[in-house]
Amino acid sequence: MTTAIAVPEEREKLTKKALTADHPTWCPGCGDFAVLAAYYKMLEKRQLPHENIVTLAGIGCSSRFPYFVNSHGAHFIHGRAVPLASGVSLSRPDLHVFLFGGDGDGFSIGGNHLEHGARKNINLTYVIMDNFVYGLTKKQTSPTSPIGFKSKTDPIGAVDHPVNPMKKLISAGATFVARSHATQVNHMIQMMERAMDHQGFSVVEILSECVEFFPGAFDSSIPRKGGTYTLIDEKKWDNTPEDEARHDVTDEIAAYRLANLPFPGLFGVFYDIDRPTKNALEKKWISETRTKLGNRSDLEILQKTFDRMK
Amino acid sequence: MSTSPVVVEHETPSPEAGGSRADLRPEHIRDAVIRLAGNSQDGIQSAGAFLARLAGRSSQDVMTYMTIPSTISGGASIFQVRIGSGEVLSAGDEADFLVAFYQHSYNEHIHYLREGGVLLYDSDHVQPDPEEKRFVHVGVPITGLTIEALGGTAKDKGKNIFVLGLLAKIFHLDVEKLKKLIAERFGGKSEDVLNTALMAFQSGFAYPVGNVLSRLYHFEPVDPSARAQITMDGNQALAYGLIAAGVRYGAGYPITPWSSVMEILRSELPKYGGLFVQAEDELAAVSLALGMSYAGHLAITGSAGPGISLKTEAIGWASMAEIPLLVVNVQRGGPSTGLPTNVEQSDLYQAIFGGHGDSPRVVLAARTVEDCFYIALEASRIARKYSTPVFILSDTSLATRIEAFDEPDLQELMQDCPPDISPRDVEFKPYVLDHLTQHAPPGSPMLGGKYPVVTGLEHDEMGHPTGSPKLHAAMTAKRRRKLQELAAEIPVPEVHGDPEGEVLLVGWGSTYGPIYEAVNVARNRGETLSAIHLRHIHPLPEGLEKIFSRFKRVIVVEMNDEGPYGYGQLASILRARYCDPKIRSLTKTDGLTFRVREILEGALK
Repeated sequence: MTTAIAVPEEREKLTKKALTADHPTWCPGCGDFAVLAAYYKMLEKRQLPHENIVTLAGIGCSSRFPYFVNSHGAHFIHGRAVPLASGVSLSRPDLHVFLFGGDGDGFSIGGNHLEHGARKNINLTYVIMDNFVYGLTKKQTSPTSPIGFKSKTDPIGAVDHPVNPMKKLISAGATFVARSHATQVNHMIQMMERAMDHQGFSVVEILSECVEFFPGAFDSSIPRKGGTYTLIDEKKWDNTPEDEARHDVTDEIAAYRLANLPFPGLFGVFYDIDRPTKNALEKKWISETRTKLGNRSDLEILQKTFDRMK
Repeated sequence: MSTSPVVVEHETPSPEAGGSRADLRPEHIRDAVIRLAGNSQDGIQSAGAFLARLAGRSSQDVMTYMTIPSTISGGASIFQVRIGSGEVLSAGDEADFLVAFYQHSYNEHIHYLREGGVLLYDSDHVQPDPEEKRFVHVGVPITGLTIEALGGTAKDKGKNIFVLGLLAKIFHLDVEKLKKLIAERFGGKSEDVLNTALMAFQSGFAYPVGNVLSRLYHFEPVDPSARAQITMDGNQALAYGLIAAGVRYGAGYPITPWSSVMEILRSELPKYGGLFVQAEDELAAVSLALGMSYAGHLAITGSAGPGISLKTEAIGWASMAEIPLLVVNVQRGGPSTGLPTNVEQSDLYQAIFGGHGDSPRVVLAARTVEDCFYIALEASRIARKYSTPVFILSDTSLATRIEAFDEPDLQELMQDCPPDISPRDVEFKPYVLDHLTQHAPPGSPMLGGKYPVVTGLEHDEMGHPTGSPKLHAAMTAKRRRKLQELAAEIPVPEVHGDPEGEVLLVGWGSTYGPIYEAVNVARNRGETLSAIHLRHIHPLPEGLEKIFSRFKRVIVVEMNDEGPYGYGQLASILRARYCDPKIRSLTKTDGLTFRVREILEGALK
């Protein structure tokens, strides 16, 4: 994804006001408000051309996101937002594609698409607001619900082993994998910004509490509630002895090891590598093909094909 | 045109006759049906394809028919070529020539040979019934001679090309043109491969077939001023039609018999600056295509029935969000995995009704290979204008058969439709109630400062979600009115045959050829029979009831089941639409195309 494009002088400044659309329909106290605020702030900071911002989502509480952002957007069907966003990204390199959704959309019904979007390294930024519960349908077990979580579909407590989002994403081949927390606005902005600047499939999982159906889910990661919020200490490559112990974001095994820590685990960038995007690889093929054909017109190319079929 | 013997006797011997054996003079023929029967690895498809392509280059009409087993390699397979100097409408009920490579080919296919027809068989493998006197038996040791010709290095590979040489001799085909076709086909490979093929051809051509076959044939010449013809199968025609229509993006997932459309688009679109993506599944394929369409490029996805089932939720979104989309269904026998390599027209209901809620979409059906090209243009035009999903129905028979047709005038037809990301003015609303609307793709500056969200939730004119009963009713009507507006602009099909009479046949899709040929055959016999063929099936064109009113019986001919009430899928829709009890049904579900005879028997009994 191209980074901050110079804003033409006549272009109006992109303000929070310009980015605000409908008032969110989320419950008071929902973590998603803070994620929305962080998104506004990041866009304000980066001043992208307003018309080139695309905000997309699937289905779920958090997937209502596009209605609350004044940008081009689409509210798609449940679980298929990654391929929708991939179609936008692959056919329009001029756009900044942001995708928002929840744990059900991303890890359950859309789990296969997440894998393949990651594997193909499609250039887009995906923010997954993980609340460990299905909220829109009023408290059913989600793919990230911890074992023992009591819901309407697990009255005696969840029995299925939950998805570990970081491990799933790293093993699928995502090239930027980070984790943040809805109570940490500055950290969210930082993670979203790095995700946006990353060339490829970049995912930020944000723990975002559902105060209605899973209150207190993340207390153990909130310092003012007695929890611990520990950031990943990334390598600075400064040749100091302290640096030895720091996390190398290009080390897949190390990232996997961090992802395996018990809840609440760590926050920050787990994994960040360069691998050619599908966008770039396809573009290369297209331009080589076009060059080989001497940039002939579409009419000439098809006519030549028909001549061979005579 | 006829399905009966095709040899036309001429009073004067033709100049090619020569020699003293008068019975060797070529017979001028208008039309010949040649069935090659062997195993799928013998390359009979490529031999048949050479014949088809040669006919196309000679401005003759041609149609082929092929069955391929659904197993990966091996198994009995046939390729039938019908070549004619006039219009060829079907691949022929009966063969004039049967080429049998094996005993099982003989046993299975001898009853497709018309009485007096020629059985050309590999005498190394086939023993015809000596009591059988209805056919002309011509035994040639095809396997042995091929091995001999090729020095035994290639085993019996090359039998297909040897047979091509034999046929070239029997039908006085243009040897130079055929050799050129062989060179084009094998030229890309090593010189050895091409030389081997030419040796096999030469050896077949040199075989003294005149010693065992008393007649050689000659196709009647066609008007050399006729427009140039191109030869291809239905999936190729569809893919190139989409390219001509300016479609540059799409996504799909492999399934027989759709796969070759996506293979062609995957290789071809980069030449035009576009891209076709192989998705992880059908749901992703339709979603990718919708992302591309939302981004401003009318995109294509496709499949066969089972894959379309998986796409239907997203197609409902396209109806609701009013995003244009092309969906190709190359139908095969169903339900479930069904008959993957056979033909059926049993996905019409799925195309029209497959989905949740009231989700209007347009359904078109291609009737010939040539029409696969033009229907892609029509579907694209409709999708862009009405901003709605458009189905293109094809089927196995169109997908796998080769036809020659007049070269389309690309200068005239070629479309160029880049995304419209021009600034939208202050009043822009994505879903204005009282007229057709197109969405503003991302990248379009919104001068009023309000950016639109396209959505699958019911919405107001700006795209905001709403649960308003009034708005849901009004928006449902807005989406439905697209079909009503379209119905008013599409042409009423012309009646083939008498404008009024006893029986009107109604067809859709690939049954066009056999239905029209049935009408021709009946009328040649002095009976009255007429037909219309629907390309636009949903919505139906206006004025069909006027055509129906001029006939005593209306018989809908289609390849699907008659259902619990005795009516096929289109017949049921026409009965529901026109409440006309004289609309009846002629259906079949054997996985094979209609024979002309079956239609005549069903229609005139």
